[in-house]
Amino acid sequence: MINLDMALEPEDAAFRDQVRAFLAEKFTPELRREAERQTGVFANGELTRRWHRILFEQGWVAPSWPKRFGGAEFTATQQYIFSVECAAAGTPALPGMSITMCGPVIMRYGTPEQQQFFLPRILSGEHYWCQGYSEPASGSDLASLRCRAERVGDVYVVNGQKIWTTHAQYANWIFMLVRTSQDGPPQAGISFIVLPMDTPGVTVRPILSMSGEHEVNEVFFDNVEVPVANLIGEENKGWSVAKFLLLNERGGGSPATYAKSHLTQLRRVLASADGGFSDALKRPAFRRKLAEIEIDILAIECAERTAIQAMARGEAVLDDAMASIQKLKTSETLQRIGELGVEAIGQYALVDQGPALFGEPAAAVVGPDRALTPVATYLNMRAFTIFGGSSEVQRNILARTALGL
Amino acid sequence: MDFGQTEMERALAEPLTRFLDEHYDFQVRQKRLLEPRWRPALWRALATDLGVLGAALPEDVGGLGGGAAEVGAVMKAFGRRLVLEPYLSTVVLGAGLLRATGDAGAADLLAAVSAGETTLAVAHAEPQGGYDPANVTTTATARDDGFVLNGHKALVLNAAGADHLIVSARTRGGPADRDGISLFLLDPATPGLARRDYRTIDGGSASDLILTNVVAPRSGLIGPVDGALPLLERVLDEATAAVCAEACGVMGALLDITVEYARQRKQFGRAIAEFQVLQHRMVDMMSDVKQSESLALVARLKLESPDRAAAVSAAKSRIGRACRSVSQAAVQIHGGIGIADETPVSHYFRRALMIEQQFGSSDYHLDRYERLQFEAG
Repeated sequence: MINLDMALEPEDAAFRDQVRAFLAEKFTPELRREAERQTGVFANGELTRRWHRILFEQGWVAPSWPKRFGGAEFTATQQYIFSVECAAAGTPALPGMSITMCGPVIMRYGTPEQQQFFLPRILSGEHYWCQGYSEPASGSDLASLRCRAERVGDVYVVNGQKIWTTHAQYANWIFMLVRTSQDGPPQAGISFIVLPMDTPGVTVRPILSMSGEHEVNEVFFDNVEVPVANLIGEENKGWSVAKFLLLNERGGGSPATYAKSHLTQLRRVLASADGGFSDALKRPAFRRKLAEIEIDILAIECAERTAIQAMARGEAVLDDAMASIQKLKTSETLQRIGELGVEAIGQYALVDQGPALFGEPAAAVVGPDRALTPVATYLNMRAFTIFGGSSEVQRNILARTALGL
Repeated sequence: MDFGQTEMERALAEPLTRFLDEHYDFQVRQKRLLEPRWRPALWRALATDLGVLGAALPEDVGGLGGGAAEVGAVMKAFGRRLVLEPYLSTVVLGAGLLRATGDAGAADLLAAVSAGETTLAVAHAEPQGGYDPANVTTTATARDDGFVLNGHKALVLNAAGADHLIVSARTRGGPADRDGISLFLLDPATPGLARRDYRTIDGGSASDLILTNVVAPRSGLIGPVDGALPLLERVLDEATAAVCAEACGVMGALLDITVEYARQRKQFGRAIAEFQVLQHRMVDMMSDVKQSESLALVARLKLESPDRAAAVSAAKSRIGRACRSVSQAAVQIHGGIGIADETPVSHYFRRALMIEQQFGSSDYHLDRYERLQFEAG
């Protein structure tokens, strides 16, 4: 890959070296092997807990949080360096519900009591969060959500259902959008509440993905009582909280480095050649596709580094439209990487490696080692253009907001 | 060339489609996934009630005397319902090879196939071989009473539960030589034959075979010794044309399911089928399906022609691409539920993925097409 040298200031270069030293020590070969086996959108619950703990002990589990809330308060440049180095090393893709979503919401909208209770537990990993947003009838049209929270004395009684709840099977807390009023437009009757997953009346039903993976769930709420003290922000003002969460999430992370880490994984698949279809790199058609993907990632990375540098110099602020475009391009590029992974293993793509991936104990892979992950990864990646705002919705928003159409 | 449907095709397809609509809907198939490899009662129904198994076999072995057109009609109907029964391995590959050898001894076995009394699996691929049937390192060493086979065959469809195996092995020459490949009919219970069974991504069954000093009797040799590769290539092209037809069924079902879903799924106060972007995508799906049907027809019309390989590659490469774009569009339009295992669309997605990589990926076939069409002397 063409390298875009960031010409770091001495203190940033020193920080980068610090991150590399940390990774060399704490991201052990055993952890790397575990991370390489992951085929889901995120690392599984067990690996997530382990890596979260290691980052927490280093003081780096919340790079963008202010120090006063227990975060590392990295500069934008440092956050970027941290993302880049972790992705290059192949560290687990941690789900963002706790640190990137819930934490910032509580920092921005929470009462001091809520901040004191929740933030340290998010940092330590004691609380593992999931996000209750989508419902069977409310996907892209989230504002139409129907899960009801009726105020009765000093509790809300929640009834309804959430779906596509990532890691609900591991989580002990959930943040969710509920309907607290039918008056006015749908957005005006939504509230943001939090509750423990072991509250009576909460039931989790696994949803298996077509890869065989269990990442998402349905969560049912049957007369679940939630103290009003668990309301975050004002009643019926939850939609603004949700919008804040979305904007905040989009600003963080580095799409290009995430894409590069998948490219690194693909190269690993290609490198372990032992004849036959692993000679993918000798095939002009394959090489052409790989070249085009690398060039697309180069463009994404350059735009990212341009923005980071401009922000560090105080010359620019986060450009929403550009961030959206980056996410759009990245999700589509990631899917193309997934396709190449399947092509690289040729006829072994026919095999369901479920028993080797998810079996306990894990069965041996069928065929060469490199045949273990590509198909499940490809299947799971179909979600990238659907979850978190489908590509169609994102294009609609961009047309409106960026082009004024 | 006659581009129309044969009478036999129609006579075969309609009752079969009705039968599958009644006995093989998605719920039945979900249960079927949990069952052993094939159901004898269903297999015999396909043979005797519907004449499906013998449709492309000669009348003198109890078949209907049809050919590739009938195979295509059956495969398309099977594709619509994601049928798991071992038709491809038994009838197209297994019986196809037995017929191609012209061996008189094959008649009894062919009659048993027609009657739904037996299943076959063909072991042609090897771990190092890619899609090249000439890449065979499994050896067959001649001795007085027959041959001794040693080696590793990969991705043998429906080997588990097969009554007979046909294995390609090298009787002479180097690992990629076109000469020196022979075919052997083996009893699965032969000592030295070890199998590792696994599922394929569509829920079907395949196995790797490890052969350690497996003795095949003289009578087990089918076809010409050392010269079986052209037969194998021809039958593999027939199987490729067959999955092209199957793909048309899979993609047709994906289109129908997706349009139906888009019509009834409401978001933002209206059916998502009203959104122009999705309409265009569904139109593109339809166009891919139509083009695939034409190319599947080309492939099967050319199976007896000198340009068979180029035609099959033309079809498989394009249809493989269509499998990808149609299945991806279907999942995208379904949104979240397209990713979940419990709805039909994700199962069709996986079968489409499998067909794309089976008997040669799109790139493999484009390479073959280019070699045949642009490099011919």
